[in-house]
Amino acid sequence: MSAAAPWDAARAREIISAHLGLEGPALPILHALKKEFGYVPEAAVPQMADALNISRAEMHGVVTFYHDFNREPHGRHVLKICRAESCQSMGAEKMALDFLARLKLEWGKTTPDGSLTVEAVYCLGLCSHSPSAMYDGEPIGRVDGAMLDELAQEAKSA
Amino acid sequence: MTKIYIPRDMAAIAMGAKRVVAAVQKEAASRGINIEIIRNGSRGMLWLEPLIEVETPAGRIGYGPVKPGDVGSLFDAGFLSGGAHPLGIGKVEEHPYFARQRRVTFQRCGVIDPVSCAEYIAHGGYKGLDRAFQIGPEATIAEIAASGLRGRGGAGFPTGVKWKTVADCPADKRYVVVNADEGDSGTFADRMIMEGDPFSLIEGMTICAFAIGSDKGYVYLRSEYPVVAEIFNESLAAAKAAGVLGKNIRGSNLSFDIELRIGAGAYVCGEETSLLESLEGKRGIVRAKPPLPAHAGLFGKPTVVNNVLSMATAPMILADGGAAYHALGMDRSRGTIPLQIAGNVKYAGLCEVPFGLTLDEIVNDIGGGTLSGRPVRAVQVGGPLGAYLPVSLFDTRFDYEAYVKVDSLIGHGGLVVFDDTVDMSWMARFGMEFCAIESCGKCTPCRIGSTRGVETIDKIRAGENAAANIELLKDLCNTMKFGSLCALGGFAPYPVESALRHFPEDFQKPALEAAAE
Ligand SMILES: Cc1cc2nc3c(=O)[nH]c(=O)nc-3n(C[C@H](O)[C@H](O)[C@H](O)COP(=O)(O)O)c2cc1C
Ligand code: SF4
Ligand code: FES
Repeated sequence: MSAAAPWDAARAREIISAHLGLEGPALPILHALKKEFGYVPEAAVPQMADALNISRAEMHGVVTFYHDFNREPHGRHVLKICRAESCQSMGAEKMALDFLARLKLEWGKTTPDGSLTVEAVYCLGLCSHSPSAMYDGEPIGRVDGAMLDELAQEAKSA
Repeated sequence: MTKIYIPRDMAAIAMGAKRVVAAVQKEAASRGINIEIIRNGSRGMLWLEPLIEVETPAGRIGYGPVKPGDVGSLFDAGFLSGGAHPLGIGKVEEHPYFARQRRVTFQRCGVIDPVSCAEYIAHGGYKGLDRAFQIGPEATIAEIAASGLRGRGGAGFPTGVKWKTVADCPADKRYVVVNADEGDSGTFADRMIMEGDPFSLIEGMTICAFAIGSDKGYVYLRSEYPVVAEIFNESLAAAKAAGVLGKNIRGSNLSFDIELRIGAGAYVCGEETSLLESLEGKRGIVRAKPPLPAHAGLFGKPTVVNNVLSMATAPMILADGGAAYHALGMDRSRGTIPLQIAGNVKYAGLCEVPFGLTLDEIVNDIGGGTLSGRPVRAVQVGGPLGAYLPVSLFDTRFDYEAYVKVDSLIGHGGLVVFDDTVDMSWMARFGMEFCAIESCGKCTPCRIGSTRGVETIDKIRAGENAAANIELLKDLCNTMKFGSLCALGGFAPYPVESALRHFPEDFQKPALEAAAE
C-alpha cells in the first residue's frame, strides 16, 4: 500500500491504452490505476472517458458507483473490518466501534498522521473465523480489540 | 521425500498458514530433513485450520489447528511419519466430519495440488469433458437437465434449461459467465472450490462452452478474494500450458478461453444483470427483464450466467451421468449442497451433503452448537436476504421448497448461528442498513424504503410509538417486496419480517436497554 506512485498523466495514459484491447476494459483500467496510484485520481476520469469514447459524466458515474475506487488517497495502510452478519454473531460490531472510538475515527476515515485508513467491509468469506479483518490485503481471522490496536500501532511505525 | 500439505485456502492463511509454512521449512532445514510442501485447498474442517497433513504409507495423517510455535514439537513427535501429538486428528479421511458427507462438487478439494492440471486429471478430471465430446452438445445439455441440478447462486433455476435456452438462441457469439461474486455473509463455498480445485470450474465452463457453442468465458470475482485471484490465474496459465484451454482443446475442434475479472466491492453486482453491466464496464445497475441474459446477455449476446458451484458440478454430472447426481437429495432438490456453517458455531466449516438434512442436524450435530457454549437462539440461512429461523423451526429440511414454506430461502447454502445474546431488532436494523448501503438505486422502494426502514427500527428500539411503528415497518416491508425489481430490495424484508415474527420480544424493549449490543 505504501508503494503508491505520485500522479503522472503520461503513466496513466499508458495504463489506459494497455487495456484497450479488452472487452469492457473500464474496471480492469480502474483497478490498474488504483494499483499504481493508490486511488483513482480525478484527472484520470477525462482521460478514460476519451479513450473509451464515452462522456465524462458517464465515466464519473462508473467510478463513483463502486466502493473500491476511492477518489482520495488512503492512509499508508488500510484496515478493513468485517461488519456482516457472521462477524456480528461473534461481537464484531462492538469490537469495531470500540476500536474506532479509541482512534477517534469514523468508518472510512484516515488517522490524522496518515498512517491508517479503517474501512467497513461486508464479508470476507472468513465467516468460519469471525470476527475477521484484512490488513493491506492480508486476511486475519478471529481478530480482537488487542490485535486491532497492535495493527494500528504497526501502521504508525512503517 | 515426505509430502506435507498446508492449505493455501484464505481461511487457513487468515489463521497463520503462511507463518506455519515458514516455520516448517525452517525446522526441516535445521534438522537436515528433505520435505516437499504442497499448498492444497481446505478439506472444509475450517475450525482445524491451519490443518497440516502428512503423507504416510498408512494414508494422510492430520494435525491442527497448528500455530508456528507448535512446529518444533510436531517434528519432535515424529509427525513426518504420523507420530502422536496433541494436535493429531489421525487419518484425515476417517475423521467423523466426513462420515455423513457426500463429496461430489468438493471431491478433490483439499486432496490435490490445486494448480496442477496433471493431478486434476489423475483424480478423475476431464472425464466429463471427454464424455461431452463423445455424446455431443445436445446430449450434454440433456445430462445436465437429467441431473436435476439447480442454480446454486440462490434462485435455484434449473441449469439444464438455462443452457438449452442459450444454445437454442441464434447468434454469432455466445458467452459463458461465472458468478463468483459470493457476497452473502456466511458463505465461502465458491472461494473454497476456486482455491482448492479451480480446474473443476475451468472444466465445467469448458463443458458449458462446448454445449452452447461459445469461445469465450468470464469469471467475475469479488475483490475481497485476493487469494482466489492468485490461485485461479495460476490455474488458467497451467490450463493453457496443458492444452485444456485455448485452441483445439484436448485435440477437439473446440476453442475456448477464460478471463478472470475482478469486481469492485458492490454486493448488487452478484445479481446477474448488474454483473453483466459491470463486466461491460458500466455502473452495476440491475437491468429489467426481459430480455433474459440467456437471450441478450453480455454485450447483447446470449449468455449463460451460472454460479461457481453450479458450473463446477457439471464435470461430475457428465462423467458419472445425470442419473447418479439425481439419485441424491429429496423432492425437487436433487444432488448435494455444500453447506457452509458459520458464525457463533463450534465446528465451523464446509460440509457437502445430499439435500434434506434438518436444521437441527446441521447446527447441532455437524456444527456442534455455539462456540460460546451458550444456547442457540437464531440461525440466518441464505445470506443477508435470508430469514432468521428460531429453534422451533429446527425440523425444517434443507430443500429449496421447504424453506419457501417457512418464508425463507436457502440461497447459496450459508448458515450463520447466533447465541442468546443476539439482539434481533439490531440484526433487523442491520438488514435494512445493508440494503440501503448496497442498493443500486434503480427502484424507490429499495433505495428509499431501506433508509426509512432503518429510521423506523431506530424508533422502535427507542420505544417511540412502538406498536404503530411496527405496523409501519410491516407495511414498508410489503412495499419493498412487491415494488422492487430484484431480490436485493425484494428479499431484504425477509430477515426483518422473520425477526419480527419469531423474536417479537426484541422489539418490545424499554428505551434504555435498546443500545447496540
Ligand atoms: C442482490 C443479489 C445478489 C446476488 N449475488 C449472487 C452471488 O454473489 N453469486 C451468485 O452466484 N448469484 C448471486 N445472485 C443470483 C444471480 O442473480 C443469479 O441468479 C445466479 O448467478 C445464476 O446462477 P445459478 O443459476 O447457477 O445460480 C444474486 C442475486 C441478487 C438479487
Ligand atoms: S431492488 Fe434495489 S438493488 Fe434491485 S434493482 Fe431495485 S434498487 Fe436496484
Ligand atoms: S461475515 Fe465477516 S467474514 Fe463473512
